[in-house]
Amino acid sequence: MNFFFEVLIGGLLSGVMYALVAIGFVLIYKASGVFNFAQGAMVYFAALTCVGVMDKLGVSLWIALPITVAVMIVLGLAIERVVLRPLVNQPEITLFMATIGLAFFIEGLAQLMFGAQVRKLELPIEDVPSQYLMDNYNILVSQFDIMAAAVCGLLVTTLALLFSKTRVGRALRAVADDHQAALAVGIPLQRIWAVLWAVAGIVALVAGLLWGARNGVQFALTFVALKALPVLILGGFTSMPGAIVGGLVIGASEKLAEVYIGPLVGGGIEGWFPYVLALLFLLVRPEGLFGEKIIRRI
Amino acid sequence: MLYREAGQFKTSYQADGQIFPILQDRIALLAMLAVAVVAVPLLASPYVLSAILIPFLIFSLAALGLNILTGYAGQLSLGTAAFMAVGAFASYNFILRIPGLPVLLAFVLGGLSAALVGIAFGLPSLRIRGFYLAAATLATQFFVVWCLTKIPYLTNYSTSGVITAQPIVILGYAFDTPDRKYLLVLAVVAVMALLAKNMIRSNVGRSWMAVRDMDVAAEVIGFRLMRTKLLAFAVSSFYCGVAGALYAYAYLGTVEPEAYNLDLSFRILFMIIIGGVGSVLGSFLGAAFIVLLPVLLNVVAHSLALPTSVASNLELMVFGALIIFFLIVEPHGLARLWQIGKEKLRLWPFPH
Repeated sequence: MNFFFEVLIGGLLSGVMYALVAIGFVLIYKASGVFNFAQGAMVYFAALTCVGVMDKLGVSLWIALPITVAVMIVLGLAIERVVLRPLVNQPEITLFMATIGLAFFIEGLAQLMFGAQVRKLELPIEDVPSQYLMDNYNILVSQFDIMAAAVCGLLVTTLALLFSKTRVGRALRAVADDHQAALAVGIPLQRIWAVLWAVAGIVALVAGLLWGARNGVQFALTFVALKALPVLILGGFTSMPGAIVGGLVIGASEKLAEVYIGPLVGGGIEGWFPYVLALLFLLVRPEGLFGEKIIRRI
Repeated sequence: MLYREAGQFKTSYQADGQIFPILQDRIALLAMLAVAVVAVPLLASPYVLSAILIPFLIFSLAALGLNILTGYAGQLSLGTAAFMAVGAFASYNFILRIPGLPVLLAFVLGGLSAALVGIAFGLPSLRIRGFYLAAATLATQFFVVWCLTKIPYLTNYSTSGVITAQPIVILGYAFDTPDRKYLLVLAVVAVMALLAKNMIRSNVGRSWMAVRDMDVAAEVIGFRLMRTKLLAFAVSSFYCGVAGALYAYAYLGTVEPEAYNLDLSFRILFMIIIGGVGSVLGSFLGAAFIVLLPVLLNVVAHSLALPTSVASNLELMVFGALIIFFLIVEPHGLARLWQIGKEKLRLWPFPH
């Protein structure tokens, strides 16, 4: 039974990491209807920039971090200005394709600046089992995972506060609800989108640091975005709580399936199991767990 | 001056409904076919044939298949490569396990297998749409490739997972050199493109477009949604399946799951977006663009004598930037540019 709980908790905590990436998607999709495929590339870019700055300038993490935040904000502004503004009012699929192009560009740029080799990222948290849980409950859970969950919780709280209490947050919600109405009452749409992409960039940075510390900063980080897709379809593209719950469900079920079903069919089912799970779920509830109910009129 | 349909009168329904209503178009098409069949195999070097023209034709076919599904029936799919893989592996197994089976028939059977898989994975489209569907089709991609690597029967218990494709022999005639392979691929693609063009002009194509434009409305006026959508999935997967079989047999020479990764799916999606969604011609133009662009970038990078790591990253950046640029400049794709050009040509040289 202990083993079951270990797998479950491990899965839930890795689900937190998926949720972190999914939140970046949701932020942008909700407010601008852009399905941002470049989120994974942004995660990679952010992590690589942080490590690269530490390497090249020889500074500590705490100095590299604000520099990277600044870079991500500039990147967000640039994306809005160069890519999104000329594509206003295009069909969703065109915007989606543009973000795929963007993903290629960002990946190339990141590797051009800092090189393509795998790098180690040292965070001041060690990836060792937590002694406390080990002693009292006899469960093996990494300290790092717990820290990641805490960071994720902090981030979500900050975002929730930003969205509900500040002026910018209100504007963001207004834009998410209805572009034209928001424009009509004088909300500067383009500035809001720029803010949004900058925030998504910072979320990507947090995700990139955590994933990078876990697996090394490498090109494979861009595939994290693919892991986040089943989370999104499960939770609904437009719901932040959905992204978190979806992440937890996917993370836990994926690990459980790999451990308990995997050996029966030859292993490696982590790659597609989340998708099939999300797919089955969609057959029952087409708009996802927390997605807005789709009403279609003729 | 030359491109003008004045004086070409339609005096029968048959003439009115023909596939290329303008005489110049018919002549141009025949001329192009003649060049492709006669001049190209004689003049083109084996490198051009096997590294550019054969993949171009095969990708055109796959893009055409995706265009039927995404452009005409409106169902966004990211699992194209999976259907191609099914086509290739099914053909391989049919040829392997049924001695004396004609290769072309095996390709058709491969396409039909892909169609069956397409129907199975098209079922969710009845409930979900848009990006939810796109993300769901990724399931096809990962599941199919996983099956091919994990079920040894499908790869005939090959230890490396990379299988050499059987030689293509049709009626005792071996298609083993680049120019012969090219002619075979050209014939298959030409016939299937003609079929697709006609299918799209028929009631099947119109029902797809009705579903694409608004499926609720289409259902209300009496289209059977399930049949229409699943038919689109089946036909599209058939095209992709045949393209996949050709990809393995005429281009790669090997049958391996790794060739049909997500990257390939995206590449084919790029082709239809850049070429033009909902256009047969667009599939060809897009395929040409995506096949030629890396070659050109490579040549440019070589002539600038950049170090390889810089060059490959720059290529990636230029590729991404060009896609964004094209989407901004002409969101309807190259096919639309062609159409605008034709309109201009009809008035030339007196535009007023």
